Amino acid sequence: MKIYRIHALICAGAQCLAAGGNGFEEALKNELKKHNIEEEVCVVETGCMGACQLGPLLVVYPEGIMYTNVEAKDAKEIVEEHFLKGRPIKRLMWKKEGKEEFPGLKDIPFFAKQTKIVLRNCGLINPEDINEYIARNGYKALAKAIVEMKPQDVIDVVKESGLRGRGGAGFPTGLKWSFAANQDSEEKYMICNADEGDPGAYMDRSVLEGDPHSVIEGMMIAGYAIGANRGYIYVRAEYPLAVRRLETAIKQAKQAGLLGKNILGTNFSFDIELRMGAGAFVCGEETALINSIEGKRGEPRKKPPFPAISGLFGKPTIINNVETLANLSVIIDKGAKFFKQFGTEKSPGTKVFALAGKVNISGLVEVPMGTSLRKIVFDIGGGIPEGHTFKGALTGGPSGGVIPMEFIDTPMDYESLPALGTIMGSGGLIIMDETSCMVDVAKFFLKFVVDESCGKCVPCREGTKQMLKILERITSGRGQKEDIDRLEKMGKLIKLTALCALGQTAPNPVLSTIKYFKEEYLAHIIDKKCPAGICQFSALKEGGKKHEAKVTH
Amino acid sequence: MEKIKSIEELRKLREHARESLKVRSGETKVKIMVSMGTVGIAAGARDTLMAIISELEKREYHDAQIVERGSLGLDREEPVVAVERDKKTVFYGKVTPEVAREIVAQHVINGQIVSEWVIAKE
Amino acid sequence: MKQKSLIDDLHDIQEEEEKNYLPLNKMIKAAKTTGISEAKVYGVSTFYTMFSVYPRGKHIIRVCRNLSCHLSDAEKIVEKLKEILNVDFGETTKDGEFTLEESSCLGMCSVAPAMTIDDEPFGNLVPENISEILRKIKEDSKK
Repeated sequence: MKIYRIHALICAGAQCLAAGGNGFEEALKNELKKHNIEEEVCVVETGCMGACQLGPLLVVYPEGIMYTNVEAKDAKEIVEEHFLKGRPIKRLMWKKEGKEEFPGLKDIPFFAKQTKIVLRNCGLINPEDINEYIARNGYKALAKAIVEMKPQDVIDVVKESGLRGRGGAGFPTGLKWSFAANQDSEEKYMICNADEGDPGAYMDRSVLEGDPHSVIEGMMIAGYAIGANRGYIYVRAEYPLAVRRLETAIKQAKQAGLLGKNILGTNFSFDIELRMGAGAFVCGEETALINSIEGKRGEPRKKPPFPAISGLFGKPTIINNVETLANLSVIIDKGAKFFKQFGTEKSPGTKVFALAGKVNISGLVEVPMGTSLRKIVFDIGGGIPEGHTFKGALTGGPSGGVIPMEFIDTPMDYESLPALGTIMGSGGLIIMDETSCMVDVAKFFLKFVVDESCGKCVPCREGTKQMLKILERITSGRGQKEDIDRLEKMGKLIKLTALCALGQTAPNPVLSTIKYFKEEYLAHIIDKKCPAGICQFSALKEGGKKHEAKVTH
Repeated sequence: MEKIKSIEELRKLREHARESLKVRSGETKVKIMVSMGTVGIAAGARDTLMAIISELEKREYHDAQIVERGSLGLDREEPVVAVERDKKTVFYGKVTPEVAREIVAQHVINGQIVSEWVIAKE
Repeated sequence: MKQKSLIDDLHDIQEEEEKNYLPLNKMIKAAKTTGISEAKVYGVSTFYTMFSVYPRGKHIIRVCRNLSCHLSDAEKIVEKLKEILNVDFGETTKDGEFTLEESSCLGMCSVAPAMTIDDEPFGNLVPENISEILRKIKEDSKK
């Protein structure tokens, strides 16, 4: 087997590519060729490394040195100085507060303070090489499950681990499985929900791009547990790179006999098909997603019956989200006890957050459940850019709410966040400073819901539109004193009466910002002022230019 | 790739695949450091380095990482190679490709120090 | 073995069309081959934002309108795109090259503001670079 003295890992996640990663790889390969050391250096395209803001990223092993913001013109120096003479390029290294370089990856707080279970392989392996996944204990848990365990044993371990669905609702995964497992049906289906649509959340895309086999293995373990032989991965069409990596991974797993008939010589057979969405946020809702896989309009179905009883093509169906599935092989391989040592009693394990907005280092962060918001934003994310102050953090996207400064020490878990009037959601975490207007943010998310509402039920279709009208009034200086009451009343009504989770949670950003930033609403309505300076009232004086909500459906 | 037909075949494949990823964990049993300063390169450090890699490949030994270093200021002794194994570091001087192959076979893989070429120990 | 859904069929049809849309005759044909009624095929075609029943440009630009992009002055990018292309959202340029659309979230918050042109992602956008990006896309597709 070939020995490479240097492994150069280039992040090929979508965000590094968007920041210009493509040109660097070509330049690096050219330099290696020029100096005739192609045979000594193994260049690997990995998935997302997490520190997306500083991309394109390059990590050089064995030293474990991370270079940030690399450009094509840096390739020459990296090869001539580092690869040939062993002198790391200090100017490209990650620096502590912009001054002193960190010697290696392990010394950088952004990485050192994380706990990686879901992202264990992301940025470390080549996602297009099944051997690298196998080297990192890949498919070991699957083998253990189908050779040594009964389906019920698998369910019991997952129940014991306390794993809860990472898509947002936090429903216990093992319990969900047992509903489908108890159904007497020849056909059952296992679906991976990769329709990650929550604005601000992109951890699922990173797992699909960086470690697709971990999702495939998770689906197979789940399929074995509930008695399904067929799986579907439903991916957003907006994630073309994830689709390509999944296609490659499925192909390789089939070639290796890890997907197909009589896997590893057992009686268990399993196949996976990819299904692409076509741009509809509501398809993240599980019954809408089922309709979409069946080729229909992605409108939600009434529950009950729940999909575990009657789902895809009327058969018992389990739908798990990408991050949930990526946890499974670790739980089966290392046991429930190992998993439970992370996180809180009621929310064990880790959670991946997509840190974005007004924070120094944005990117993907995996921490034990129950880690405080302060630790995520300040210790890992490096705090708020100089000269600005933390105002609030938005969790759960358009279904969530805001956490103000006074609650920054709140543990991030499935119990504490609802107590503050927000939700965990899928892990989007958008940080805002004093330049962000809370009324504008609430309006922003409401407009999103108005655009994305499928139109089937009245409260969501019409109610959110009315709420948006009021918010547009307020942000253009024409707000009335009763408007806050009206918003609260309507919001509560929609929560009670909407058909699916999209509508039921749609008023959350408005209600939550009223709860914590009422004075900002009052400033808009009474003083006709936007404290953050975002909302423009001048249009009013010039004859009241009206911004109507655009409805796409 | 061939189909994996049993849990045992999967285990073998894993053991094999794991070897080539060892460098990325930074946790190899042996660390080989080659001085690549100007004088080192002039004295033939590149050839020494290539000999080390090819000897490791020949013997299919993956539990070592190769790190390049700047000069140690021992110009007279270049090319200088240091081997860190069992928490001890041994410095070798005037390491020609032949000597390098011997060091890999004796010291890196088997833990036997090649005393003839040792210039310092740590 | 592999069964395609209507949505897969529609993706295939749209990809084959240079103008990135679902022509009426092909929707009717899809209805016949799948046994789904024409009305339902049309219903599906118009439900999903990535399908269009009207002709579009050779390249589809999707600008991210998520909050992270919104907070990073995505509006300025939108304004610039509209100015250069001389179109509004949902419209196609006169030369038939580009259609401008918005996306709820492209999942690229760390490099906000962001957009995609066809399958290619672009991040850390500044208004000054937009025309150069568009020029390159046009040029590359001529090759």
